[in-house]
Amino acid sequence: MAMVEGRANTRISEYLLDSPIESRFSEEKYILFLQGITAVFDGFKALDIEALGIEHNELRVIIGPNGAGKTTMCDIISGKTRPTTGSVYFEGQNITETAETEIALLGIGRKFQTPTVFDSLTTYQNMELALPGHQNWFANLYSKISPEENNQILSILERVGLKNELHTEAKYLSHGQRQWLAISTLVLSNPKLLLVDEPAAGLTDAETALTAELLLELKGEHTLIIIEHDMDFVRQLDSPVTMLHEGKIMAEGTLADLQQNEEVIEAYLGR
Amino acid sequence: MHSLANTADDQLRRNLPLILWVLLGLVVIPVLYIAGVISIGTVNKLGRYLSFALVAIGLDLIWGYAGILGLCQALFFCLGGYAMGMYLAHHGGPEGIIDKTGWKLPACLFVVYPYKVGEVPGDAMVPWFWKPFWSLPNTIFLGLLIPGIFAFIIGYFGFRSRVRGVYFAILTQAITVAAQNFFTMNNMKFGGTNGLTRFAHICIARHPHGADVCQQSALSFDLSTDTVQFTLYLLTTMAIFVTYLLYCYITQTRLGRILVAVRDAENTLRFSGYKPYVYKLFAFILAAVTAGLGGLLYVPQMKIITPYNMGAERSILIVIFVAVGGRGTLSGALVGTLAVNLLYDFLTSFNQPIPLTNMLFPGGLTFAKAWPIVLGLLFLAVVLGYPNGLVKLPQHLLGKFKKAPDSDQIGAHQ
Repeated sequence: MAMVEGRANTRISEYLLDSPIESRFSEEKYILFLQGITAVFDGFKALDIEALGIEHNELRVIIGPNGAGKTTMCDIISGKTRPTTGSVYFEGQNITETAETEIALLGIGRKFQTPTVFDSLTTYQNMELALPGHQNWFANLYSKISPEENNQILSILERVGLKNELHTEAKYLSHGQRQWLAISTLVLSNPKLLLVDEPAAGLTDAETALTAELLLELKGEHTLIIIEHDMDFVRQLDSPVTMLHEGKIMAEGTLADLQQNEEVIEAYLGR
Repeated sequence: MHSLANTADDQLRRNLPLILWVLLGLVVIPVLYIAGVISIGTVNKLGRYLSFALVAIGLDLIWGYAGILGLCQALFFCLGGYAMGMYLAHHGGPEGIIDKTGWKLPACLFVVYPYKVGEVPGDAMVPWFWKPFWSLPNTIFLGLLIPGIFAFIIGYFGFRSRVRGVYFAILTQAITVAAQNFFTMNNMKFGGTNGLTRFAHICIARHPHGADVCQQSALSFDLSTDTVQFTLYLLTTMAIFVTYLLYCYITQTRLGRILVAVRDAENTLRFSGYKPYVYKLFAFILAAVTAGLGGLLYVPQMKIITPYNMGAERSILIVIFVAVGGRGTLSGALVGTLAVNLLYDFLTSFNQPIPLTNMLFPGGLTFAKAWPIVLGLLFLAVVLGYPNGLVKLPQHLLGKFKKAPDSDQIGAHQ
């Protein structure tokens, strides 16, 4: 493999040096790799992950009791907080020290636990801002969105039932609608990796089912990390589950496996 | 249901304020003046108020849209104002000397020149930083550039290190106070507390730096004539329209919506790949340049500029203009500025004490003395009672008769 270009070569060798996972094949296997991540806040160890790899186009569910470090993990991946030790690799590139804007441009999208949308903008305008490839500030003075982009926005909004609220300011939307909007903007921005923090919080059963359906549809072409409390929702996703407890990975496997695991039942699922 | 395309009705509604302003500012007022109904004094007053409106519209962009409460707008105004002041002082009153380099020392600087020990009046020199302001094009260019550079420096470091909200307000206010102290010192050769005054001419012709030459030129205009003052009013009005159009355009682009998004949830915006500080910086610089333009137009109409104009309370006054008119509406900045200033003008024209105030104050209280109280009450009334501001009032009243969809909020249009 001496043919590899200079830049890619350094990237791979760095990756090999920094990471104990033996081969460059790990880069091909994992889109995201957390290596020896710890996050310490005021002496409290919120997160302590030895190694966690997310494969390309995988849907991974993260569960765990409150304070298990789920959101902290998302914060570290998306650049909101810096880990105390350890490194985050995204597509083989070390992004531990990268600014959140750059991380977003690399292709990591995020939905926050509380649905954060832009309150004074309408549903449509919120979607418009999420469109990828419009982040150059000067171009925003004159660029218009294309008809395809417009159709894309409308089709997503139609699916989530927000088409009748196109020109409603987001502050007048209900909680459920705001959740939908936040998820819709994330889907529209088309990132390689989606960090979805509690997408089903505050939704009705029917809405939860639709959310699961939407997210499963993305699975083929995107990698998703979904944090969730709602076990019904997790069941619907039917995907590998990682359980965090007190900042550490306690168990990994299918939900059925985890439900057999004594430790997990003790710590989280209950009897 | 709404369609994505703009309806003609929408277009008209959006442009209605502009049309009304054009009519009022460029037709009604000039016609009244030419017909002799209003005096040149009134026109001049309106011209000065409109140059404040330029500062207010800039503040509306950064505060009403992007949520940045900048309390240094009066400083930017004065940077433009001092640029124009230096230009006018160069071509001003005859007092003073010709210094060793052949430059005429401006009258206002000559009066308060900070001589070093042992220096005699003949040793006074025109400071180097006065010299670029000899020509009008340079002055206009620098009067816009310098506020822009200041805004860039304040904004770049402030926004990059994520100084926000009240902290940014305090930071900018502190900078304004420091600048005021700087300009007040005689040693800084900006005319000290007296400021810049003794203006006489706007001189467009190129001529040497000596005394009084410009007065003979055909391209020299006496600042105190009615024609010049009327022209300055028209220029200010046109500047307002151009600025208003530009701001309307900006707020309707994606960039305008990103500014609103910055106000709503700056942090979320970062995770969509936008750099909020770039957008904030853009708006802040634009507002500063607009304020500088206001200063450039204000000074030849007021014929004096002093450090008092950049006081902390002056910046707060601009905030009140915008709040009274209505935040985030652009036309609100104009309405608010004119409304508050005209109210001030009206109330302070009474010399009689306000009835009943002699029970509280010996000799009673005139409106002129009570103005800060009136202003404070007005601000409180708007903030507590009618936060949408004056511009929403007609719509509100009409709405009582006709139930209209409330879609005139910021960015409601595509």
